[in-house]
Amino acid sequence: MEEFAALVDALVFTRSRNEKLRLIARYLHGTPDPDRGWALAALTDGLSFPAVKASTIRNLMMERVDPVLWVLSRDFVGDTAETASLLWPEPQGDVTPPPSVTEAVEMLGNMTRVSAMSELPRLLDRLDAAGRYALIKLATGGMRIGVSARLAKTAFAQAFEVAVEDVEEYWHGLQPPYEPLFAWAADGAPPPDSGDVPLFRPFMLAHPLDDGVIDLEDYVAEWKWDGIRVQLVHAGGETRLYSRTGDDISGSFPEMAEALTFPVVLDGELLVRGSHQGGEAGGAASFNALQQRLGRKTVSAKMLAEYPAFVRLYDALIVEGVDLRELPWTERRARLEALMPRLPPERFDLSAVVEADHFEHLAEIRSGARDEAIEGLMLKRRDSPYVAGRKTGLWYKWKRDPLLVDCVLMYAQRGSGKRSSFYSDYTFGCWDGDPDAGAELLPVGKAYFGFTDEELKQIDRYVRNHTTNRFGPVRETDRSLVFEVAFDSVHASKRHKSGLAMRFPRISRIRWDKPAEEADRIEALRALIRD
Amino acid sequence: MVELRAMARHSSAMPADFSWIRAEPNGIRIGPADCWIDPSQPVARALVTHGHGDHARGGHGETIATPATLAIMELRYQTREGATPVGYGETIRLPGGVDATYIPAGHVLGSAQVLLEHAGERVIVTGDYKRRPDPTCPPFEVTPCDVFITEATFGLPVFCHPPIEQEIAKLVKALGDHPDRCVLVGAYALGKAQRLIAELRAAGHGAPIYLHGAMERMCLLYEDFGVDLGDLRLVSDHSRDDLRGSIVVCPPGALNDRWSRRLPDPITAMASGWMRVRQRARQRNVELPLVISDHADWGELTRTIEEVNPAETWITHGREEALLRWCQLHQRRARALALVGYEDEDD
Repeated sequence: MEEFAALVDALVFTRSRNEKLRLIARYLHGTPDPDRGWALAALTDGLSFPAVKASTIRNLMMERVDPVLWVLSRDFVGDTAETASLLWPEPQGDVTPPPSVTEAVEMLGNMTRVSAMSELPRLLDRLDAAGRYALIKLATGGMRIGVSARLAKTAFAQAFEVAVEDVEEYWHGLQPPYEPLFAWAADGAPPPDSGDVPLFRPFMLAHPLDDGVIDLEDYVAEWKWDGIRVQLVHAGGETRLYSRTGDDISGSFPEMAEALTFPVVLDGELLVRGSHQGGEAGGAASFNALQQRLGRKTVSAKMLAEYPAFVRLYDALIVEGVDLRELPWTERRARLEALMPRLPPERFDLSAVVEADHFEHLAEIRSGARDEAIEGLMLKRRDSPYVAGRKTGLWYKWKRDPLLVDCVLMYAQRGSGKRSSFYSDYTFGCWDGDPDAGAELLPVGKAYFGFTDEELKQIDRYVRNHTTNRFGPVRETDRSLVFEVAFDSVHASKRHKSGLAMRFPRISRIRWDKPAEEADRIEALRALIRD
Repeated sequence: MVELRAMARHSSAMPADFSWIRAEPNGIRIGPADCWIDPSQPVARALVTHGHGDHARGGHGETIATPATLAIMELRYQTREGATPVGYGETIRLPGGVDATYIPAGHVLGSAQVLLEHAGERVIVTGDYKRRPDPTCPPFEVTPCDVFITEATFGLPVFCHPPIEQEIAKLVKALGDHPDRCVLVGAYALGKAQRLIAELRAAGHGAPIYLHGAMERMCLLYEDFGVDLGDLRLVSDHSRDDLRGSIVVCPPGALNDRWSRRLPDPITAMASGWMRVRQRARQRNVELPLVISDHADWGELTRTIEEVNPAETWITHGREEALLRWCQLHQRRARALALVGYEDEDD
């Protein structure tokens, strides 16, 4: 555990990506199985210990320090694991030596919610502050130390001089501590067998087009549909539906799991039926409707009837055991079109190609898209193979210009992680009438990005100097600062007092110059609702 | 500007005693003597606890402080006008029957607590202080009083400054591990930098230490007051290759500045009590955090209150809520003055 704690600490304080790769690679090289596998799982967020939650840590701390002092400390530090590691009382008397990563993982895995309250403290007592930090991070998941799963896998590939694409591919069929993966990469054993298992394949992703111009000779355009990107995999008689992050969401969409009957891997947009987002076999509803279906463990017959799901297909990766990913997009598209008659039409349609004569024409089509539920356009190089991740020059997303509204800052909350102690989460509102006639601000949304680090410091200072009220980590401000807020769409919502919810709001500009009374009224937002 | 929020929070009902000393928007005011302690705006007469910019502002009619603090202020404001020196242990009689005695605070060179006596009541204003040994200034002296007005910069139980030897060893090790690089240490130009250098010397590090230009005059002033800092050189007089394997000290603001590009692949370090919190170090892009502070940590703050054992504790600036809570838990009468503006983010 000491080596792992030292790695975690070094990663926290290292800025350079190459140095991070070097640190992880060195650890993976120098650490025996299965410790290194468990550590790799921790770095890639692949561990889960249901008995140990952030609340477990909080409850343990409340037994050891005054609750008020705990809350004040946690609020200042901005990270439960770090606060607990610093406040944990140093054990008195003889101390058992620190556990290995494997020992710690086994003990954590065997804990129940009840036993954790006595067993976790014994484990923490065996570690110093850095070890406690690493252990709590490992136990509660989400290391948040500036290392993405992708970076960790890249480090693995570098450590053993193998291709990162192969690592990604084999990864998803394996469980921590990934011993077959280490045997393959480090000792030259045959690659882990994926066989007849419905495995997730990493998605191909797109870069934003920004201000670039592309040639339609080389690129084909499709609509960017507003659902969730999914991968459908059928293998060994079983169908799985994976989200962008590789999570298995088959359980929430049983009708999709029944819709495939032959071995195939498909890429598409998960939608529910509705009157927007027209397609060849009928329209789809807005994202808001799809949200009713997300994250459900059980799906009622009523849900299935009211919000029937389907997938609008973008691509075919593997068909009947034949891997198409090396083929150009045009070839894969032809195979996909040929596949359509074998798929039930109520569950699948094809994402149509948007025909345009030249780029300017395409720009016109994009800005003329009336359908508020369409996010923009996708531009795919006609000869692009299907490769994992974002490879420059192959696919672009060309999002519609966002909608803009001027809002007034109402509340600010302290951030966590690298924004710890900064007021970085902002709740803003619009006027519910004429501010000169005594209208009030109603909160319409919350955003925590869209500004630079320098602007964050300025807003933080502004919040501190314009506080009218404090509620724990939240400050109410004097309603004098105007944000230009960008958002993708706005929907009716019963959950909010304003009756609406913005999709993907972010701070577009800080209007230091604009008087608060000149911010927008709520009617302006209501007029944009499309459901 | 110092801003005093009207939010004094009482842990128990306050009697109307000590009405001769009050927290006001510009600082702490001693009514009968018509003078202020560490005022944020020019006043006719100011008692100054130490030379840091947020406590020692310029432009007062009369400034009463220790000789070292006055010398630091002269360096900064280029004038000695109205300077009244008071040595440690000396008492000065103010108008209105108020006596002020300057007592070492152990914070930086010249730093003092001010003991005020009036009508049989004793009040101590600590300014900033610490309890750890510091080769550049005499240690804090525990002095009995009725009201103890304390700082609370590191007033949270997460703050526990490790022994300075441990942090100096971390610094020396990083230097030895990377002979082709230099270690660039961000340290407050008054106090922290000189203490760090003096501690390095005490640990046997005799090699030249290179300074950012902004540190030179303060280091010379320390040497004038008898603090030996060894072989100091200016970065600007040397080539990149001269600096390999050396320690370079700069103000925290220069750490990520263009200035540091002239250095040979520097390892960025910062000497500050805030480095105890990982995310604070990350926010400043610090690779080698050194937990070294000239303020009292949580243990020192609470121990000091216990040792001074005042009838009441007033808490000025920092994380006053937590220290107030500690006082409540220990049945000590206390209140928070929440003086905003004394925040010392670089310490």
